[in-house]
Amino acid sequence: MFRKLTLTAAVTLGLASGSAYAAGSEAHVEDFDFSFEGPFGSYDTNQLQRGLQIYTEVCSSCHGLKFVAFRTLHDEGGPHLPEDQMRAYAEYYEVFDEALFDGEGDFRTATPADHFPESNDPNAPDLSLMAKARAGFHGPYGTGINQLTRGMGGPEYIASLLNGYHEAPSCAPEDFDGYYNTTFAAGGYPDECKGDHGEHLYPGSWIAMAPPLYDDQLEFNDGHAADVEHMAQDVAAFLMWTAEPKMMARKQAGLTGVIFLTVLSVLLYLTNKRLWAPHKAAAKRKD
Amino acid sequence: MGGIPHDHYEPKSNAEKWLESRLPVIGLIYGTLMIPTPKNLNWMWIWGIVLAFTLVLQIATGVVLVMHYTPHVEMAFSSVEHCMRDVNSCHMIRYFHMNGASLFFVAVYAHMFRGLYYGSYKAPREVTWIIGMLIFLLMMATGFLGYVLPWGQMSFHGTAVITGLFGAIPFIGESLQTWLLGASAVGQPALNRFFSLHYLLPFVIAALVIVHIWAFHTTGNNNPTGVEVRRGSKEEAEKDTLPFWPYFVIKDLFALSVILTVFVAIVGFMPNFLGHPDNYIEANALVTPAHIVPEWYFLPFYAILRAFDNTVWVVIFAEWISFGIIDAKFFGVLAMFGAIAVMALVPWLDTSSTRSGRYRPMFKWWFAILCVDFIVLMWAGAMPAEGIYPIIALIGATYWFAYFLVILPLLGVIEKPMTPPATIEDDFNAHYGQTAASDNSAASPAE
Repeated sequence: MFRKLTLTAAVTLGLASGSAYAAGSEAHVEDFDFSFEGPFGSYDTNQLQRGLQIYTEVCSSCHGLKFVAFRTLHDEGGPHLPEDQMRAYAEYYEVFDEALFDGEGDFRTATPADHFPESNDPNAPDLSLMAKARAGFHGPYGTGINQLTRGMGGPEYIASLLNGYHEAPSCAPEDFDGYYNTTFAAGGYPDECKGDHGEHLYPGSWIAMAPPLYDDQLEFNDGHAADVEHMAQDVAAFLMWTAEPKMMARKQAGLTGVIFLTVLSVLLYLTNKRLWAPHKAAAKRKD
Repeated sequence: MGGIPHDHYEPKSNAEKWLESRLPVIGLIYGTLMIPTPKNLNWMWIWGIVLAFTLVLQIATGVVLVMHYTPHVEMAFSSVEHCMRDVNSCHMIRYFHMNGASLFFVAVYAHMFRGLYYGSYKAPREVTWIIGMLIFLLMMATGFLGYVLPWGQMSFHGTAVITGLFGAIPFIGESLQTWLLGASAVGQPALNRFFSLHYLLPFVIAALVIVHIWAFHTTGNNNPTGVEVRRGSKEEAEKDTLPFWPYFVIKDLFALSVILTVFVAIVGFMPNFLGHPDNYIEANALVTPAHIVPEWYFLPFYAILRAFDNTVWVVIFAEWISFGIIDAKFFGVLAMFGAIAVMALVPWLDTSSTRSGRYRPMFKWWFAILCVDFIVLMWAGAMPAEGIYPIIALIGATYWFAYFLVILPLLGVIEKPMTPPATIEDDFNAHYGQTAASDNSAASPAE
């Protein structure tokens, strides 16, 4: 089932992965520009809120976010919903509580401390960590250093996949299972569309998920465009946040650390130079 | 401790005398910190401090991570996610720990290749080298065991592959693998014991590090010339050395600070750069990842493991002569451990009487090829085992063994080494005499 997943399974340690892309006529990932890329990039609160809305109204009918607590929707550096909105949002869900009904368990209204429900559909994977599990940027030359400025590639994969539904090539049988997607590489692929050596003539494969987004499916409070390309990026950004909710705090800590250590390095350099100076001067005299 | 003549600690106050006569701990610390150190050490001698720091970093962050971790197949993955999301600063602590493993191996490889170039393994420092190799083995074990704990896809399937190596041993392999895993397959017993060992081994490493330091404090440090410190008298020794504190402590701290700047940038800005995305997928025995790839620091040895498949003539020959007991899989395992074993034996494989590679014109080139070979093997190990890659890995593996088993023994006989400087003092004076003359402007402002 899992064939060469150009993105999923390609080796992150950059050394590995030049070939993943080189061999990758199999799938196409568009390098979208997200606001949270690079050392100084940060999440766009409005975009995360739009993403949350798309997730709630579209994705959540099958997928889950079992690692994400409702209260974190209120966190700074995240969607940052006002507290009352976050509480109201949680109440919209029902969760199963094992402690209720004398230990038999029962459903109750969710509280901010509860997590999003798991996937309803066993074939729909949980999306909490999808943006990190599908990371796949390896350039340049497979070193992966580009991740520093362009991000790790996971949200790009998600946005590309949601944008990647196209009309199936004519070689495919009419009744072939699934929907042709140019980004998804792990699905079925009809033999009719393979070359003489079994190589795939078209990028991507057939995915079980029907195209979930269509233009003007939703209306956003901030009046943002609701075409598929934008919605795909919004929900991908939201899923990056669900996968890495502490990214803002992390980058800030990183920046503080780098500045502190740079100053410390300079001071230690000068200390070292001064400490050794008499011995080096003596060496000069003796030579 | 024997070795280079130097001042010893003399307790002055009554309290110091009282303690020193009962437990000479101040004297021990004094002796360790004030050890005479060759004053010509270059920047490749900073990795020891980096390694010591990293060991402390890994233990400190690890102890905190354990407080939030549950070694259970159903809960391990979510306990890690709980830590990353709900525990204050845990995301930073975990990213430091994850990337700390990589820093550890960057530093240890630099440290080892420095030793290989400057002949630090040669008499009288063989014991230091052997203990270092034991530490390296334990580090690899600890790194692997730790990678299992988050119980992601790579953790799970990597465990199956690595314990499968022991399964390749003839006759006892299968029982051994079952014994290691505590079951016939990777599962709860394996996770429990790997967790236990991952917590234990770092302390064994710490103990061996003390022995490692003890050993080279007995023989004294090697240095870029490979010339020994003069030991006739204290005055003579002082011409070749400076005390570790403050001269080398400050120098090493400066280097450590620069390295940590890069490290913190990676942790802060791209903490998953060196990890594998599949490990963010919960372990699932039914779905095998397309490429099971170990962490980058295992790749050179992983490449050697995979290089010897059943199309290689030595493998076919070994299988034929052993009546099929040594099959391709077992041969690969032997080659992988052999690659580390030949490194451990290098004090006896290198026949040259000149210690430092700096004065060995032919050795320099072969050593440079070895460094390239290591990188090539690392790259080949990351590639799928198909097409040209196994051939590249085979050439790389062959060179690795040839370097240690053929080239080093022969070079000692055929090479005509240059003459090293008579003393460390001469080397130091020549170096700074020259650079100061050619680089006056840069040298003066500090004074």
